[in-house]
Amino acid sequence: MQLKGKKVIVIGERDGVQAEAISTCVEAAEAEVVYAVTECFV
Amino acid sequence: MDLDDQAQVKKLADQYGRDQLVVILGLPDADSAQVVGETVTTGDPTYAGPLAGVPLGLPVFHILESEVKEQVNPKVFDEQVGLMEMVLEKEEIVERVRQVRQQSTTTSD
Repeated sequence: MQLKGKKVIVIGERDGVQAEAISTCVEAAEAEVVYAVTECFV
Repeated sequence: MDLDDQAQVKKLADQYGRDQLVVILGLPDADSAQVVGETVTTGDPTYAGPLAGVPLGLPVFHILESEVKEQVNPKVFDEQVGLMEMVLEKEEIVERVRQVRQQSTTTSD
């Protein structure tokens, strides 16, 4: 799976890895984040 | 998975197609990772949202998987994810998401 050039949907979680952190990693891998959300499963 | 988020994922899948899209998860445990993973591959397993019975077949990975980590600058990964990588049950989460992918591939054949 190659991230570079892909469009990425980020689903983070409050008690896991949040969307902002994942997005930073994804962009460092030269992919484009098209949607990012940090969910909260209670 | 939040119903509005399901609707947004469906909209993006219709817009870009599954060949251009990748879903990256940051769920904190294997069970929640499985539910969300299934939602974006074979359909919402809780039958609660717009993706109920809708098999998008999107490629889904967890941020902790080596397939993802290897493509990120190590310094960036460590700064952004390093702490949670030590805290979360990585092996269990990764294995469960891999099973979801495998099941999705089998279902689509």
